[in-house]
Amino acid sequence: MIAATLSILAGLLIVAGSAFAAVAAFGILRLPDLYTRMHAASKAGSVGSGMMLLALALVSHSGPEALRAIAAIAFFLLTAPLSAHLLAKASYAVGYRLWPGSVLDEMPRMAVTTRESDTPATDTVPPGIESGRRG
Amino acid sequence: MNYPDFAEFFLDVCLDLSLVLLGLAFLLTVVRIIRGPTLPDRVLGLDMLTSVAIGFIAVIGIDTGFTLYVDLAIALGLVGFLATVAFARFILARGKTGDDTERQGVTEMDDDPFAARGNTVETGKSR
Repeated sequence: MIAATLSILAGLLIVAGSAFAAVAAFGILRLPDLYTRMHAASKAGSVGSGMMLLALALVSHSGPEALRAIAAIAFFLLTAPLSAHLLAKASYAVGYRLWPGSVLDEMPRMAVTTRESDTPATDTVPPGIESGRRG
Repeated sequence: MNYPDFAEFFLDVCLDLSLVLLGLAFLLTVVRIIRGPTLPDRVLGLDMLTSVAIGFIAVIGIDTGFTLYVDLAIALGLVGFLATVAFARFILARGKTGDDTERQGVTEMDDDPFAARGNTVETGKSR
């Protein structure tokens, strides 16, 4: 009885999780610029795989397996926002632009490193910003 | 059909449905990785592929009972995280190259809406 109920719950969880993953992939394909795509991927992607791992923890018959699945969820929830934040910050600092339809950009301008394909890097500092990166 | 039989049947249907959805997610993400106009788009697609693969491992673990693969899911998550961090550092260190001449799909407008707000990032190379 309990096992059957857990099976039904796990079925609902994996369908919801994979629907989240599919919606995230659709958002990655359809959204206009890097930052909105990142919003789709990092949130829906981590929730989707977290739900599926939770379903695995529900139907597994032994304690250690369930515990490993829970540990994987915790680890994934810990690392996914970190990597998304780092990627967004790096690409914003380098100067990949927001979609023109964006209405608000509160991030201050940053010092940008530019280089041609075959020349070493030079710092181009927008006016009004002290560069603290070199030296 | 009594309740436990219905639960088994329901779980089977859910497993098939979620495998189809995950395959769709894989395909759409691969399309973005191939088309992705800039390097960060592709890195984001690879990160997404990692998380979808972890979900796939969980579904396969429920389907076949081989829950040994959960360890592989943890390792895959670690590798994906480190790869994304390394790629982010690489993007930061590489700076803007002349190679991606801003076909980000967003430069098709006549005037630059960021210039009006004094928000333009001088890249030296573009335009």
